[in-house]
Amino acid sequence: MASGLYSQHLDRPYVYKIRNLLIGLVLLFCAIVVLFPLVYMLAWSFGPNLETASSSYHIFPTTWTLDSYKAFFDFSDYSWKWLFNSFVVALATVVSNVVFASMAGYAFSKINFKGRNFLFFMILVAMMIPYQVTQVPLYILFVNKFKMTNSYLALILPGCVTSYNIFLSKQFFSSIPTALIESAKVEGASQIRIFNSIILPLSKTVLAVMAINTFVGTWNTFFWPFLVTSQEAMYTIQVGLKTFKFANGTLLSPMMAGACVSAIPMFILFFALQKYFLEGVTIGAVKG
Amino acid sequence: MAAKTAKKSIPKKPFRFTVDDLNGYLFIGVAIIVFAFFTIYPVVSAVTTSFENYKPFGSEWVGFKNYLDTFKKDLFWKSLKNTAIYTVVTVPCSLFIAFVVAVMIMPFKKKTQSLFKSMYYIPAVASGVAMSVVWLWIYDSSPSGLFNQVLTLFHIPTQNWLASSKTAMLSLIIMALLSGHGSSIIIYIAALLGIDNTYFEAAEIDGATFMQKVRYIVFPLCKPTTLFLLITGIINSFQVFMNAYMMTGGGPDNNTTMIGLLIFNNAFKNGKYGLACAQAILLAVVIAGLTAIQFKVAGDDVEY
Repeated sequence: MASGLYSQHLDRPYVYKIRNLLIGLVLLFCAIVVLFPLVYMLAWSFGPNLETASSSYHIFPTTWTLDSYKAFFDFSDYSWKWLFNSFVVALATVVSNVVFASMAGYAFSKINFKGRNFLFFMILVAMMIPYQVTQVPLYILFVNKFKMTNSYLALILPGCVTSYNIFLSKQFFSSIPTALIESAKVEGASQIRIFNSIILPLSKTVLAVMAINTFVGTWNTFFWPFLVTSQEAMYTIQVGLKTFKFANGTLLSPMMAGACVSAIPMFILFFALQKYFLEGVTIGAVKG
Repeated sequence: MAAKTAKKSIPKKPFRFTVDDLNGYLFIGVAIIVFAFFTIYPVVSAVTTSFENYKPFGSEWVGFKNYLDTFKKDLFWKSLKNTAIYTVVTVPCSLFIAFVVAVMIMPFKKKTQSLFKSMYYIPAVASGVAMSVVWLWIYDSSPSGLFNQVLTLFHIPTQNWLASSKTAMLSLIIMALLSGHGSSIIIYIAALLGIDNTYFEAAEIDGATFMQKVRYIVFPLCKPTTLFLLITGIINSFQVFMNAYMMTGGGPDNNTTMIGLLIFNNAFKNGKYGLACAQAILLAVVIAGLTAIQFKVAGDDVEY
Protein backbone atom coordinates (compact mmCIF):
# COMPACT_ATOMS: atom_id res chain seq x y z
CA MET A 1 0.00 0.00 0.00
CA ALA A 2 2.81 2.30 0.79
CA SER A 3 3.12 4.79 -2.00
CA GLY A 4 6.51 5.40 -3.54
CA LEU A 5 6.92 8.35 -1.24
CA TYR A 6 7.56 6.01 1.67
CA SER A 7 9.66 3.34 0.01
CA GLN A 8 12.86 4.06 1.97
CA HIS A 9 12.99 1.16 4.37
CA LEU A 10 11.06 -1.47 2.44
CA ASP A 11 14.06 -3.76 2.49
CA ARG A 12 14.24 -3.59 6.27
CA PRO A 13 10.77 -4.58 7.52
CA TYR A 14 11.73 -3.97 11.13
CA VAL A 15 12.81 -0.37 10.59
CA TYR A 16 9.86 0.11 8.28
CA LYS A 17 7.37 -0.99 10.93
CA ILE A 18 8.95 1.12 13.67
CA ARG A 19 8.90 4.18 11.43
CA ASN A 20 5.22 3.72 10.62
CA LEU A 21 4.45 3.19 14.29
CA LEU A 22 6.16 6.46 15.18
CA ILE A 23 4.31 8.35 12.46
CA GLY A 24 1.07 6.78 13.69
CA LEU A 25 1.74 7.89 17.25
CA VAL A 26 2.37 11.49 16.19
CA LEU A 27 -0.83 11.45 14.14
CA LEU A 28 -2.74 10.01 17.05
CA PHE A 29 -1.41 12.69 19.37
CA CYS A 30 -2.47 15.45 16.95
CA ALA A 31 -5.88 13.83 16.55
CA ILE A 32 -6.33 13.82 20.32
CA VAL A 33 -5.49 17.53 20.45
CA VAL A 34 -8.01 18.27 17.69
CA LEU A 35 -10.68 16.09 19.26
CA PHE A 36 -10.11 17.30 22.78
CA PRO A 37 -12.64 20.18 22.70
CA LEU A 38 -15.31 17.69 21.64
CA VAL A 39 -14.39 15.25 24.40
CA TYR A 40 -14.35 18.11 26.88
CA MET A 41 -17.80 19.17 25.69
CA LEU A 42 -19.22 15.65 25.94
CA ALA A 43 -17.70 14.97 29.35
CA TRP A 44 -18.76 18.24 30.95
CA SER A 45 -22.29 18.01 29.56
CA PHE A 46 -22.76 15.32 32.21
CA GLY A 47 -21.43 17.57 34.96
CA PRO A 48 -23.56 19.09 37.72
CA ASN A 49 -25.96 21.95 37.04
CA LEU A 50 -24.14 24.29 39.39
CA GLU A 51 -22.29 27.53 39.23
CA THR A 52 -18.93 25.83 39.60
CA ALA A 53 -16.74 27.79 41.93
CA SER A 54 -14.28 28.69 39.27
CA SER A 55 -11.27 27.34 41.13
CA SER A 56 -12.74 23.93 41.60
CA TYR A 57 -13.28 22.38 38.25
CA HIS A 58 -11.03 19.77 36.81
CA ILE A 59 -10.44 18.57 33.31
CA PHE A 60 -13.33 16.18 33.67
CA PRO A 61 -16.33 16.35 36.03
CA THR A 62 -16.12 14.36 39.24
CA THR A 63 -19.80 13.46 39.43
CA TRP A 64 -21.77 12.50 36.36
CA THR A 65 -25.48 13.36 36.03
CA LEU A 66 -28.06 14.32 33.42
CA ASP A 67 -29.06 17.47 35.36
CA SER A 68 -27.43 19.80 32.89
CA TYR A 69 -29.39 18.40 29.96
CA LYS A 70 -32.51 18.89 32.05
CA ALA A 71 -31.43 22.47 32.74
CA PHE A 72 -30.99 23.13 29.04
CA PHE A 73 -34.39 21.74 28.11
CA ASP A 74 -36.06 23.53 31.04
CA PHE A 75 -34.54 26.85 30.05
CA SER A 76 -37.19 27.52 27.45
CA ASP A 77 -40.64 26.04 26.78
CA TYR A 78 -39.49 25.65 23.23
CA SER A 79 -36.18 23.80 23.60
CA TRP A 80 -37.54 20.69 21.90
CA LYS A 81 -39.24 22.84 19.30
CA TRP A 82 -35.83 24.32 18.39
CA LEU A 83 -34.60 20.86 17.48
CA PHE A 84 -37.81 20.22 15.59
CA ASN A 85 -37.49 23.55 13.72
CA SER A 86 -33.91 22.83 12.75
CA PHE A 87 -34.91 19.40 11.53
CA VAL A 88 -37.86 20.67 9.46
CA VAL A 89 -35.85 23.49 7.90
CA ALA A 90 -32.87 21.25 7.12
CA LEU A 91 -35.05 18.51 5.65
CA ALA A 92 -37.06 20.88 3.45
CA THR A 93 -33.86 22.55 2.26
CA VAL A 94 -32.36 19.17 1.40
CA VAL A 95 -35.38 18.00 -0.57
CA SER A 96 -35.70 21.14 -2.64
CA ASN A 97 -31.95 21.25 -3.29
CA VAL A 98 -31.74 17.63 -4.35
CA VAL A 99 -34.72 18.00 -6.70
CA PHE A 100 -34.22 21.45 -8.19
CA ALA A 101 -30.45 21.87 -8.06
CA SER A 102 -29.93 18.48 -9.70
CA MET A 103 -32.49 19.29 -12.42
CA ALA A 104 -30.72 22.57 -13.11
CA GLY A 105 -27.36 20.83 -13.04
CA TYR A 106 -28.60 18.31 -15.59
CA ALA A 107 -29.90 21.04 -17.90
CA PHE A 108 -26.62 22.96 -17.64
CA SER A 109 -24.57 19.89 -18.49
CA LYS A 110 -26.70 17.99 -21.02
CA ILE A 111 -29.42 20.16 -22.56
CA ASN A 112 -28.35 22.62 -25.18
CA PHE A 113 -30.63 25.58 -24.57
CA LYS A 114 -30.10 29.23 -25.38
CA GLY A 115 -28.40 31.31 -22.75
CA ARG A 116 -27.00 28.25 -21.03
CA ASN A 117 -23.41 29.41 -20.83
CA PHE A 118 -24.35 32.88 -19.74
CA LEU A 119 -26.64 31.68 -16.95
CA PHE A 120 -24.10 29.16 -15.72
CA PHE A 121 -21.44 31.85 -15.71
CA MET A 122 -23.72 33.99 -13.55
CA ILE A 123 -24.08 31.12 -11.09
CA LEU A 124 -20.30 30.67 -10.95
CA VAL A 125 -19.82 34.38 -10.26
CA ALA A 126 -22.52 34.25 -7.57
CA MET A 127 -20.55 31.59 -5.69
CA MET A 128 -17.70 34.05 -5.22
CA ILE A 129 -19.82 36.82 -3.67
CA PRO A 130 -19.45 36.95 0.11
CA TYR A 131 -22.68 36.34 1.98
CA GLN A 132 -22.45 39.72 3.71
CA VAL A 133 -23.40 41.39 0.43
CA THR A 134 -26.73 39.62 0.14
CA GLN A 135 -27.68 39.44 3.82
CA VAL A 136 -28.87 43.04 4.28
CA PRO A 137 -31.07 43.16 1.15
CA LEU A 138 -32.40 39.67 1.92
CA TYR A 139 -33.22 40.80 5.43
CA ILE A 140 -35.04 43.88 4.12
CA LEU A 141 -36.85 41.71 1.57
CA PHE A 142 -38.05 39.10 4.04
CA VAL A 143 -38.65 41.24 7.09
CA ASN A 144 -39.84 44.56 5.70
CA LYS A 145 -41.38 43.60 2.36
CA PHE A 146 -42.64 40.01 2.70
CA LYS A 147 -43.38 40.41 6.44
CA MET A 148 -42.24 36.84 6.83
CA THR A 149 -40.42 37.07 10.16
CA ASN A 150 -40.80 33.92 12.26
CA SER A 151 -41.98 31.68 9.45
CA TYR A 152 -40.60 28.46 8.06
CA LEU A 153 -40.71 29.97 4.58
CA ALA A 154 -38.29 32.71 5.60
CA LEU A 155 -35.94 30.11 7.05
CA ILE A 156 -36.11 27.81 4.05
CA LEU A 157 -36.49 29.93 0.90
CA PRO A 158 -33.10 31.70 0.64
CA GLY A 159 -31.25 28.38 0.75
CA CYS A 160 -33.68 26.23 -1.17
CA VAL A 161 -31.55 25.99 -4.33
CA THR A 162 -27.93 26.96 -3.79
CA SER A 163 -25.51 27.92 -6.53
CA TYR A 164 -22.98 25.52 -5.08
CA ASN A 165 -25.32 22.55 -5.40
CA ILE A 166 -26.15 23.45 -9.00
CA PHE A 167 -22.43 23.64 -9.71
CA LEU A 168 -21.74 20.35 -7.91
CA SER A 169 -24.38 18.40 -9.81
CA LYS A 170 -23.44 20.00 -13.13
CA GLN A 171 -19.84 18.90 -12.64
CA PHE A 172 -20.95 15.37 -11.92
CA PHE A 173 -23.48 15.07 -14.74
CA SER A 174 -20.89 16.32 -17.22
CA SER A 175 -18.96 13.10 -16.58
CA ILE A 176 -21.89 10.94 -17.73
CA PRO A 177 -21.44 10.03 -21.42
CA THR A 178 -23.72 12.04 -23.67
CA ALA A 179 -24.09 8.99 -25.96
CA LEU A 180 -26.19 7.38 -23.25
CA ILE A 181 -28.65 10.24 -23.38
CA GLU A 182 -28.60 10.42 -27.19
CA SER A 183 -29.48 6.76 -27.51
CA ALA A 184 -32.37 7.16 -25.09
CA LYS A 185 -33.57 10.12 -27.15
CA VAL A 186 -33.48 8.00 -30.28
CA GLU A 187 -35.66 5.48 -28.49
CA GLY A 188 -38.13 8.32 -27.95
CA ALA A 189 -37.64 8.99 -24.26
CA SER A 190 -38.51 12.48 -23.03
CA GLN A 191 -35.97 14.52 -21.07
CA ILE A 192 -37.91 13.98 -17.84
CA ARG A 193 -37.88 10.25 -18.45
CA ILE A 194 -34.15 10.28 -19.24
CA PHE A 195 -33.46 12.27 -16.09
CA ASN A 196 -35.54 9.97 -13.92
CA SER A 197 -34.59 6.58 -15.23
CA ILE A 198 -31.04 7.04 -16.51
CA ILE A 199 -29.38 10.01 -14.83
CA LEU A 200 -30.70 9.78 -11.28
CA PRO A 201 -29.90 6.08 -10.76
CA LEU A 202 -26.33 6.79 -11.91
CA SER A 203 -25.97 9.72 -9.53
CA LYS A 204 -26.92 8.27 -6.17
CA THR A 205 -23.56 9.05 -4.60
CA VAL A 206 -23.40 12.67 -5.67
CA LEU A 207 -27.02 13.21 -4.64
CA ALA A 208 -26.33 11.63 -1.24
CA VAL A 209 -23.30 13.85 -0.81
CA MET A 210 -25.35 16.89 -1.77
CA ALA A 211 -28.12 15.92 0.63
CA ILE A 212 -25.74 15.35 3.54
CA ASN A 213 -23.72 18.52 2.99
CA THR A 214 -26.88 20.57 2.67
CA PHE A 215 -28.41 19.00 5.76
CA VAL A 216 -25.37 19.62 7.93
CA GLY A 217 -24.88 23.10 6.51
CA THR A 218 -28.48 24.09 7.15
CA TRP A 219 -28.53 22.53 10.62
CA ASN A 220 -25.39 24.41 11.61
CA THR A 221 -26.25 27.75 10.06
CA PHE A 222 -26.70 30.53 12.56
CA PHE A 223 -26.64 33.87 10.81
CA TRP A 224 -29.81 33.77 8.73
CA PRO A 225 -32.12 32.08 11.27
CA PHE A 226 -30.86 34.56 13.84
CA LEU A 227 -31.90 37.46 11.59
CA VAL A 228 -35.39 36.28 10.68
CA THR A 229 -36.60 34.82 13.98
CA SER A 230 -37.63 36.91 16.94
CA GLN A 231 -39.99 34.53 18.77
CA GLU A 232 -38.49 31.71 20.76
CA ALA A 233 -40.99 29.32 19.24
CA MET A 234 -39.39 29.76 15.82
CA TYR A 235 -35.71 29.63 16.81
CA THR A 236 -33.53 26.94 15.35
CA ILE A 237 -31.31 25.02 17.73
CA GLN A 238 -28.27 27.20 16.92
CA VAL A 239 -30.13 30.42 17.67
CA GLY A 240 -31.55 28.82 20.80
CA LEU A 241 -28.08 27.76 21.93
CA LYS A 242 -26.77 31.28 21.41
CA THR A 243 -29.65 32.71 23.45
CA PHE A 244 -28.99 30.13 26.16
CA LYS A 245 -25.31 31.02 26.14
CA PHE A 246 -25.92 34.72 26.64
CA ALA A 247 -28.40 33.98 29.45
CA ASN A 248 -26.33 31.38 31.31
CA GLY A 249 -22.76 32.35 30.56
CA THR A 250 -21.53 31.22 33.95
CA LEU A 251 -22.90 27.68 34.00
CA LEU A 252 -20.32 25.37 32.49
CA SER A 253 -22.16 22.07 32.36
CA PRO A 254 -25.53 23.29 31.06
CA MET A 255 -23.69 25.18 28.32
CA MET A 256 -21.83 22.05 27.32
CA ALA A 257 -25.11 20.15 27.41
CA GLY A 258 -26.61 22.72 25.07
CA ALA A 259 -23.65 22.49 22.73
CA CYS A 260 -24.00 18.69 22.78
CA VAL A 261 -27.70 18.89 21.96
CA SER A 262 -26.90 20.98 18.90
CA ALA A 263 -23.91 18.89 17.81
CA ILE A 264 -24.79 15.28 18.65
CA PRO A 265 -27.38 14.82 15.87
CA MET A 266 -24.64 15.73 13.40
CA PHE A 267 -22.18 13.32 15.02
CA ILE A 268 -24.72 10.53 14.73
CA LEU A 269 -25.27 11.42 11.09
CA PHE A 270 -21.52 11.46 10.55
CA PHE A 271 -20.92 8.04 12.04
CA ALA A 272 -23.86 6.57 10.14
CA LEU A 273 -22.83 7.99 6.77
CA GLN A 274 -19.07 8.46 7.15
CA LYS A 275 -18.30 7.30 3.63
CA TYR A 276 -20.44 10.01 2.04
CA PHE A 277 -19.09 12.71 4.32
CA LEU A 278 -15.50 11.95 3.39
CA GLU A 279 -16.34 11.50 -0.26
CA GLY A 280 -18.26 14.76 -0.23
CA VAL A 281 -15.18 16.77 0.65
CA THR A 282 -13.30 15.75 -2.47
CA ILE A 283 -16.27 15.64 -4.83
CA GLY A 284 -16.65 19.38 -4.71
CA ALA A 285 -12.98 20.22 -4.66
CA VAL A 286 -11.09 18.01 -7.06
CA LYS A 287 -12.18 18.40 -10.60
CA GLY A 288 -12.65 15.34 -12.78
CA MET B 1 -34.65 16.32 -46.14
CA ALA B 2 -36.13 17.77 -43.00
CA ALA B 3 -32.69 18.03 -41.45
CA LYS B 4 -31.46 19.91 -44.48
CA THR B 5 -34.16 22.55 -44.25
CA ALA B 6 -33.59 22.86 -40.55
CA LYS B 7 -29.91 23.47 -41.09
CA LYS B 8 -30.58 26.08 -43.72
CA SER B 9 -33.12 27.89 -41.62
CA ILE B 10 -30.77 28.47 -38.69
CA PRO B 11 -29.12 31.64 -39.95
CA LYS B 12 -32.48 33.00 -41.07
CA LYS B 13 -34.29 32.47 -37.78
CA PRO B 14 -31.71 32.63 -35.00
CA PHE B 15 -34.31 32.95 -32.24
CA ARG B 16 -36.19 29.79 -33.10
CA PHE B 17 -37.46 28.18 -29.92
CA THR B 18 -36.35 24.54 -29.94
CA VAL B 19 -37.43 21.55 -27.92
CA ASP B 20 -34.10 21.74 -26.18
CA ASP B 21 -34.80 25.32 -25.18
CA LEU B 22 -38.16 24.36 -23.75
CA ASN B 23 -36.71 21.42 -21.83
CA GLY B 24 -33.77 23.47 -20.66
CA TYR B 25 -35.93 26.24 -19.25
CA LEU B 26 -38.28 23.75 -17.62
CA PHE B 27 -35.37 22.04 -15.91
CA ILE B 28 -33.69 25.19 -14.68
CA GLY B 29 -36.97 27.04 -14.03
CA VAL B 30 -37.26 26.77 -10.26
CA ALA B 31 -33.54 27.15 -9.74
CA ILE B 32 -33.36 30.31 -11.83
CA ILE B 33 -36.37 31.88 -10.13
CA VAL B 34 -34.81 31.23 -6.73
CA PHE B 35 -31.49 32.48 -8.03
CA ALA B 36 -33.04 35.67 -9.39
CA PHE B 37 -34.97 36.44 -6.22
CA PHE B 38 -32.47 35.46 -3.56
CA THR B 39 -29.13 36.12 -5.24
CA ILE B 40 -29.39 38.48 -8.22
CA TYR B 41 -31.92 40.81 -6.65
CA PRO B 42 -30.07 41.09 -3.32
CA VAL B 43 -26.75 41.80 -5.07
CA VAL B 44 -28.29 44.53 -7.22
CA SER B 45 -30.15 45.87 -4.23
CA ALA B 46 -26.96 45.88 -2.16
CA VAL B 47 -25.26 48.02 -4.79
CA THR B 48 -28.12 50.54 -4.92
CA THR B 49 -28.56 50.55 -1.13
CA SER B 50 -24.88 51.33 -0.73
CA PHE B 51 -25.54 54.69 -2.38
CA GLU B 52 -28.54 55.43 -0.19
CA ASN B 53 -29.40 56.44 3.31
CA TYR B 54 -31.82 53.57 3.82
CA LYS B 55 -35.22 54.27 5.29
CA PRO B 56 -38.12 51.81 5.17
CA PHE B 57 -40.27 54.32 3.28
CA GLY B 58 -38.29 56.26 0.73
CA SER B 59 -34.55 56.08 1.01
CA GLU B 60 -32.58 59.10 -0.06
CA TRP B 61 -29.78 58.98 -2.58
CA VAL B 62 -26.52 60.08 -1.00
CA GLY B 63 -24.03 59.20 -3.70
CA PHE B 64 -20.67 57.97 -2.46
CA LYS B 65 -21.22 59.20 1.09
CA ASN B 66 -21.37 55.69 2.60
CA TYR B 67 -18.10 54.77 0.93
CA LEU B 68 -16.40 58.00 1.95
CA ASP B 69 -17.66 57.60 5.50
CA THR B 70 -16.25 54.09 5.55
CA PHE B 71 -12.82 55.23 4.41
CA LYS B 72 -12.79 57.98 7.03
CA LYS B 73 -13.54 55.61 9.89
CA ASP B 74 -10.60 54.22 11.81
CA LEU B 75 -12.70 51.25 12.84
CA PHE B 76 -13.03 50.11 9.23
CA TRP B 77 -9.28 50.15 8.71
CA LYS B 78 -8.73 48.51 12.06
CA SER B 79 -11.14 45.69 11.29
CA LEU B 80 -9.59 45.29 7.86
CA LYS B 81 -6.21 45.03 9.54
CA ASN B 82 -7.56 42.53 12.07
CA THR B 83 -9.06 40.43 9.32
CA ALA B 84 -5.81 40.58 7.38
CA ILE B 85 -3.71 39.54 10.40
CA TYR B 86 -6.09 36.70 11.18
CA THR B 87 -6.00 35.53 7.57
CA VAL B 88 -2.26 35.88 7.06
CA VAL B 89 -1.55 33.75 10.12
CA THR B 90 -4.31 31.14 10.04
CA VAL B 91 -4.61 30.32 6.34
CA PRO B 92 -0.95 29.47 5.55
CA CYS B 93 -0.46 27.73 8.92
CA SER B 94 -3.60 25.67 8.41
CA LEU B 95 -2.46 24.69 4.94
CA PHE B 96 0.94 23.69 6.26
CA ILE B 97 -0.57 21.60 9.06
CA ALA B 98 -3.01 19.95 6.66
CA PHE B 99 -0.22 19.18 4.18
CA VAL B 100 2.06 17.67 6.82
CA VAL B 101 -0.72 15.57 8.32
CA ALA B 102 -1.82 14.38 4.87
CA VAL B 103 1.74 13.35 3.98
CA MET B 104 2.03 11.55 7.32
CA ILE B 105 -1.20 9.63 6.73
CA MET B 106 0.08 8.32 3.39
CA PRO B 107 2.17 5.29 4.49
CA PHE B 108 -0.79 3.53 6.09
CA LYS B 109 -3.29 1.03 4.73
CA LYS B 110 -6.62 2.26 3.35
CA LYS B 111 -8.49 1.40 6.54
CA THR B 112 -6.10 3.26 8.82
CA GLN B 113 -6.15 6.20 6.42
CA SER B 114 -9.96 6.36 6.63
CA LEU B 115 -9.81 6.18 10.41
CA PHE B 116 -7.44 9.14 10.61
CA LYS B 117 -9.44 11.07 8.01
CA SER B 118 -12.58 10.59 10.12
CA MET B 119 -10.86 11.61 13.34
CA TYR B 120 -9.59 14.82 11.83
CA TYR B 121 -12.87 15.55 10.10
CA ILE B 122 -15.29 15.18 13.05
CA PRO B 123 -14.81 18.73 14.47
CA ALA B 124 -16.00 20.14 11.15
CA VAL B 125 -19.41 18.56 11.69
CA ALA B 126 -20.16 20.46 14.89
CA SER B 127 -21.73 23.89 14.51
CA GLY B 128 -19.77 27.09 14.95
CA VAL B 129 -22.02 28.13 17.83
CA ALA B 130 -21.40 24.88 19.70
CA MET B 131 -17.64 25.05 19.16
CA SER B 132 -17.53 28.69 20.27
CA VAL B 133 -19.36 27.77 23.46
CA VAL B 134 -16.79 25.07 24.18
CA TRP B 135 -13.77 27.24 23.39
CA LEU B 136 -15.15 30.00 25.56
CA TRP B 137 -14.65 27.66 28.50
CA ILE B 138 -11.29 26.41 27.36
CA TYR B 139 -10.17 30.07 27.44
CA ASP B 140 -11.77 30.68 30.85
CA SER B 141 -9.76 33.40 32.55
CA SER B 142 -9.68 31.76 36.00
CA PRO B 143 -6.65 29.63 36.94
CA SER B 144 -8.73 26.51 36.37
CA GLY B 145 -9.50 27.38 32.75
CA LEU B 146 -8.05 24.67 30.60
CA PHE B 147 -5.44 26.78 28.81
CA ASN B 148 -4.46 28.45 32.05
CA GLN B 149 -3.96 25.04 33.62
CA VAL B 150 -1.59 24.19 30.78
CA LEU B 151 0.28 27.45 31.35
CA THR B 152 0.54 26.74 35.08
CA LEU B 153 2.05 23.38 34.18
CA PHE B 154 4.91 25.25 32.49
CA HIS B 155 5.08 27.89 35.28
CA ILE B 156 3.83 30.67 33.04
CA PRO B 157 1.46 33.19 34.66
CA THR B 158 -2.20 32.68 33.76
CA GLN B 159 -3.71 34.87 31.07
CA ASN B 160 -6.97 36.69 30.65
CA TRP B 161 -7.17 35.12 27.19
CA LEU B 162 -10.19 36.65 25.50
CA ALA B 163 -10.45 39.88 27.49
CA SER B 164 -6.91 41.16 27.19
CA SER B 165 -5.97 43.14 24.11
CA LYS B 166 -2.63 41.32 24.03
CA THR B 167 -4.04 37.83 23.71
CA ALA B 168 -7.56 38.16 22.28
CA MET B 169 -6.55 37.91 18.63
CA LEU B 170 -3.98 35.25 19.45
CA SER B 171 -6.73 33.24 21.14
CA LEU B 172 -8.94 33.32 18.05
CA ILE B 173 -5.96 32.31 15.92
CA ILE B 174 -5.03 29.39 18.19
CA MET B 175 -8.64 28.26 18.13
CA ALA B 176 -8.64 28.28 14.34
CA LEU B 177 -5.36 26.36 14.21
CA LEU B 178 -6.44 23.71 16.69
CA SER B 179 -9.88 23.17 15.20
CA GLY B 180 -10.24 20.72 12.39
CA HIS B 181 -8.35 20.92 9.19
CA GLY B 182 -10.35 17.86 8.20
CA SER B 183 -11.46 18.84 4.74
CA SER B 184 -8.07 20.27 3.71
CA ILE B 185 -6.39 17.07 4.87
CA ILE B 186 -8.80 14.92 2.90
CA ILE B 187 -8.36 17.05 -0.21
CA TYR B 188 -4.56 16.85 0.10
CA ILE B 189 -4.72 13.07 0.54
CA ALA B 190 -6.77 12.80 -2.65
CA ALA B 191 -4.12 14.86 -4.44
CA LEU B 192 -1.29 12.74 -2.99
CA LEU B 193 -2.97 9.52 -4.03
CA GLY B 194 -3.20 10.92 -7.53
CA ILE B 195 0.57 11.23 -7.91
CA ASP B 196 1.90 8.58 -10.22
CA ASN B 197 4.26 6.13 -8.56
CA THR B 198 6.73 6.27 -11.46
CA TYR B 199 7.83 9.73 -10.32
CA PHE B 200 8.97 8.28 -7.01
CA GLU B 201 10.59 5.28 -8.63
CA ALA B 202 12.56 7.52 -10.94
CA ALA B 203 13.59 9.70 -8.01
CA GLU B 204 14.71 6.63 -6.12
CA ILE B 205 17.00 5.53 -8.90
CA ASP B 206 18.58 8.95 -8.65
CA GLY B 207 18.96 8.36 -4.92
CA ALA B 208 16.54 11.01 -3.71
CA THR B 209 15.87 11.25 0.01
CA PHE B 210 12.40 11.50 1.51
CA MET B 211 12.62 15.26 1.93
CA GLN B 212 13.82 15.66 -1.63
CA LYS B 213 10.85 13.67 -2.88
CA VAL B 214 8.52 15.93 -0.92
CA ARG B 215 10.30 19.04 -2.09
CA TYR B 216 10.69 18.21 -5.78
CA ILE B 217 7.79 15.86 -6.52
CA VAL B 218 4.97 16.16 -4.01
CA PHE B 219 5.12 19.89 -3.54
CA PRO B 220 4.99 20.94 -7.20
CA LEU B 221 2.38 18.32 -8.08
CA CYS B 222 0.14 19.47 -5.24
CA LYS B 223 0.36 23.09 -6.34
CA PRO B 224 -3.13 23.22 -7.90
CA THR B 225 -4.58 21.76 -4.70
CA THR B 226 -2.63 24.23 -2.59
CA LEU B 227 -3.84 27.11 -4.70
CA PHE B 228 -7.42 25.89 -4.47
CA LEU B 229 -7.21 25.59 -0.68
CA LEU B 230 -5.41 28.91 -0.38
CA ILE B 231 -8.04 30.76 -2.37
CA THR B 232 -11.04 29.17 -0.65
CA GLY B 233 -9.28 29.58 2.69
CA ILE B 234 -8.72 33.29 2.18
CA ILE B 235 -12.25 33.82 0.90
CA ASN B 236 -13.68 32.08 3.97
CA SER B 237 -11.30 33.77 6.35
CA PHE B 238 -12.26 37.24 5.14
CA GLN B 239 -15.90 36.43 5.86
CA VAL B 240 -15.24 35.12 9.35
CA PHE B 241 -17.90 36.22 11.79
CA MET B 242 -18.88 33.53 14.23
CA ASN B 243 -15.85 33.32 16.51
CA ALA B 244 -15.52 37.07 16.98
CA TYR B 245 -19.26 37.46 17.52
CA MET B 246 -19.65 34.60 19.98
CA MET B 247 -16.38 34.74 21.87
CA THR B 248 -15.09 38.27 22.12
CA GLY B 249 -17.88 40.39 20.66
CA GLY B 250 -15.12 42.18 18.78
CA GLY B 251 -13.49 43.35 21.98
CA PRO B 252 -11.41 44.25 23.83
CA ASP B 253 -11.20 47.74 22.37
CA ASN B 254 -12.22 46.39 18.95
CA ASN B 255 -9.03 44.37 18.74
CA THR B 256 -10.87 41.38 17.33
CA THR B 257 -13.50 43.21 15.29
CA MET B 258 -13.32 41.64 11.84
CA ILE B 259 -14.97 42.97 8.72
CA GLY B 260 -17.78 40.42 8.98
CA LEU B 261 -18.63 41.55 12.49
CA LEU B 262 -18.33 45.24 11.58
CA ILE B 263 -20.83 44.84 8.76
CA PHE B 264 -23.16 42.89 11.03
CA ASN B 265 -22.97 45.56 13.73
CA ASN B 266 -23.55 48.40 11.29
CA ALA B 267 -26.54 46.71 9.73
CA PHE B 268 -28.30 44.94 12.55
CA LYS B 269 -27.15 46.79 15.65
CA ASN B 270 -26.98 50.37 14.36
CA GLY B 271 -29.52 50.03 11.54
CA LYS B 272 -27.20 51.67 9.01
CA TYR B 273 -28.09 49.46 6.06
CA GLY B 274 -26.52 51.74 3.47
CA LEU B 275 -23.19 51.85 5.25
CA ALA B 276 -23.27 48.08 5.81
CA CYS B 277 -23.95 47.44 2.12
CA ALA B 278 -21.12 49.74 1.09
CA GLN B 279 -18.74 47.87 3.38
CA ALA B 280 -19.99 44.49 2.18
CA ILE B 281 -19.32 45.54 -1.40
CA LEU B 282 -15.84 46.74 -0.45
CA LEU B 283 -15.30 43.34 1.16
CA ALA B 284 -16.39 41.63 -2.07
CA VAL B 285 -13.99 43.83 -4.04
CA VAL B 286 -11.12 43.04 -1.68
CA ILE B 287 -11.81 39.31 -1.92
CA ALA B 288 -12.08 39.44 -5.71
CA GLY B 289 -8.84 41.41 -5.90
CA LEU B 290 -6.98 38.96 -3.67
CA THR B 291 -8.26 36.01 -5.68
CA ALA B 292 -7.16 37.62 -8.93
CA ILE B 293 -3.69 38.34 -7.52
CA GLN B 294 -3.31 34.74 -6.40
CA PHE B 295 -4.18 33.45 -9.85
CA LYS B 296 -1.67 35.85 -11.38
CA VAL B 297 1.11 34.97 -8.96
CA ALA B 298 0.45 31.24 -9.22
CA GLY B 299 1.12 31.45 -12.92
CA ASP B 300 -0.50 29.87 -15.92
CA ASP B 301 0.28 26.26 -15.10
CA VAL B 302 -2.66 26.02 -12.73
CA GLU B 303 -5.92 25.41 -14.43
CA TYR B 304 -9.50 25.15 -13.18
